[in-house]
Amino acid sequence: MSGELTPTHSAQGTSASFIEQVKQAQPALAPVAHPWLACFRAEGMERFAKAGLPTTRNEAWKFTNLRGLDKLSLSPAPDARSVPVDAIPTALEAAGPRLVFIGGQFRADLSRTQGLPDGVLLDALSAQMAADPQGLADRMEGLLARFPGADHPMRSLNAAFLADGALLHVPAGVKLEQPVELVFLAPAGVAAAWHPRLVVLVEDGAEATIVEHHAGQPGAAYLSNIAADVAVGTGARLHHYKIQREGTDAFHIATLNTHLADASTYDTFVLNLGARLARHEARQVLGGEKIEARVSGAYAIGGDQVSDITTLIDHAMPNCTSREVVKGVIDGKARGVFQGKIIVRPDAQKTDGYQLNRALLLSETSEINSKPELEIYADDVKCSHGATAGELDEDQMFYLRARGVPRDVARVMLIGAFLDEAMDEIIDEQVRAYFRAAAAAWMGTERA
Amino acid sequence: MSLIEIKNLHASVDGKAILKGVDLTIKAGEVHAIMGPNGAGKSTLSYVLAGREGYEITEGSVTFDGQDLLALEVEERAAAGLFLAFQYPVEIPGVTNATFLKEALNAIRKTRGESPLDAMQFLKLIRAKAKDLSMTDEMIKRAVNVGFSGGEKKRNEALQMAVLQPKLAILDETDSGLDIDALKIVAEGVNKLRGPERGMLVITHYQRLLDYIVPDVVHVLANGRIQKTGGKELALELEAKGYAEFGISDAAA
Repeated sequence: MSGELTPTHSAQGTSASFIEQVKQAQPALAPVAHPWLACFRAEGMERFAKAGLPTTRNEAWKFTNLRGLDKLSLSPAPDARSVPVDAIPTALEAAGPRLVFIGGQFRADLSRTQGLPDGVLLDALSAQMAADPQGLADRMEGLLARFPGADHPMRSLNAAFLADGALLHVPAGVKLEQPVELVFLAPAGVAAAWHPRLVVLVEDGAEATIVEHHAGQPGAAYLSNIAADVAVGTGARLHHYKIQREGTDAFHIATLNTHLADASTYDTFVLNLGARLARHEARQVLGGEKIEARVSGAYAIGGDQVSDITTLIDHAMPNCTSREVVKGVIDGKARGVFQGKIIVRPDAQKTDGYQLNRALLLSETSEINSKPELEIYADDVKCSHGATAGELDEDQMFYLRARGVPRDVARVMLIGAFLDEAMDEIIDEQVRAYFRAAAAAWMGTERA
Repeated sequence: MSLIEIKNLHASVDGKAILKGVDLTIKAGEVHAIMGPNGAGKSTLSYVLAGREGYEITEGSVTFDGQDLLALEVEERAAAGLFLAFQYPVEIPGVTNATFLKEALNAIRKTRGESPLDAMQFLKLIRAKAKDLSMTDEMIKRAVNVGFSGGEKKRNEALQMAVLQPKLAILDETDSGLDIDALKIVAEGVNKLRGPERGMLVITHYQRLLDYIVPDVVHVLANGRIQKTGGKELALELEAKGYAEFGISDAAA
């Protein structure tokens, strides 16, 4: 059961000089003493050098071309300790726990980790690499063992540059009342690359909410290449939300592996608004029974942006439910990509799967590539999917305007209503309101 | 003074002439009915007046409350006081009736130089108007026309009219798809709005509606022109004889 999302990669599409550049950038990292972590880096480098960047000849990357990425500077961002920061985005009204990273580097002075329940560990990977490298290595190794064969060139690249990121470990039965925010900001005007890693363990019966923010300014061609490994234990609940507002010259690539155990709930939502090219690739392994997986997202893009949401929902066991609603608004010459694969393995009887993908094209030159894929090997399952693409409804526009609503307001109302169907999937009300406001702000700037 | 003055109006769709010289004047306080067979151009006339895209005005003029109506955008016509009650009200998933009406009312108030209503003022207004039309709070909170029956949709049109208080209301086949009880409720709502300041243009195929909304003047529209004008008794005559005398065999029964 390996590599469904990423068939064999070959290095043929990547120039040797790019791989050479990657190899040269690596020694700039602070060295790691711990043998497992050092080996993790070295093996990542080895695998990436062999695979190279994915090209459109790979089925999984058919619609998303990483051309231009090999022209970026791959050196790490300069020391972020002195970078001034005016505002740190938050989806919450009350100040809660958070980790802040600038250019991929942890900023303890901007972060808050106090007041968490006993036994909860929330820390930067860089801090844990110094304080408890064995504990970190054990957790990472344990997580990786849950995703055999999940090799991926961008994850290999991330591994090769393992330096920082976030660790959240919620012990069994502990419920985090406040959401944890993970904030990744790009320093202005810096063309560099960073590779944050997220290590998330929510043990049996525990509950947590994570809100990831990724933001930057236009004008800098940087790469933020995130890899996440997540495990949700028996009966545990994890709400995992992400809002991506990178600068419009940036590449944002996130590759997530999530393993769900019996009777767990995973509620995840991604909102893509920024970046020149954003790929959010999420694999969910439903490795137990009676799991509820909600894997949804939305995007609103214009100009030359590309937003790619690629998901795999892998029903390995019986009696699980998965639900996926992905909607996008595409203006200008932008392009949306949705690849949603659902696998129902022979043992996964009584699976209930639902998938909906809709795109709203606001211009003649906007484009959507949608590829829903259902692979069903069990015979007693309920799976439905739908994909549509369309323009703003002229009858609805006329109706609103005939009642006095100005054209641009009517447009915003209809686009908002369109995205709301996806946003409604977000269970956390505060986060839902924040994501809606962010999409409304996007509509405001698009109109201007 | 005339509220609307339509002179020699010609309009075509995809190069096909539909309106071929419509002349019609409505004064404030008057209710006019336009009757006519299918394909006479009744709906075209209402859409042309409301400003829908896809219609080419080839000749003629429309003066509304002293303004050149045809030069105005759709929303400007609404703000000027023109209201079209749709034959087929449009469903808008994701936008609630309340939000829709509040946006509409405040946009219209803005162009009139009035301050916007706040949420409380608006809620009070809409509740009172909805009650007159036997509409529940739940219907106000629902997405615009989504899951509404035919009768509920038409009541919703009457509610919008009551909230927006237009100078001229055009009712396009408001009776279509209504049973007699729903028709009475809608007609009652419309009659409440009759007044010396307001004009109405009731477009219908059947005489039935005019039993409840009694017109001052009845016009027959056929072949893209007003063929005959008379009092309310003309409607009864058409009901009995059909539209045969206008060269059309479509019976009105």
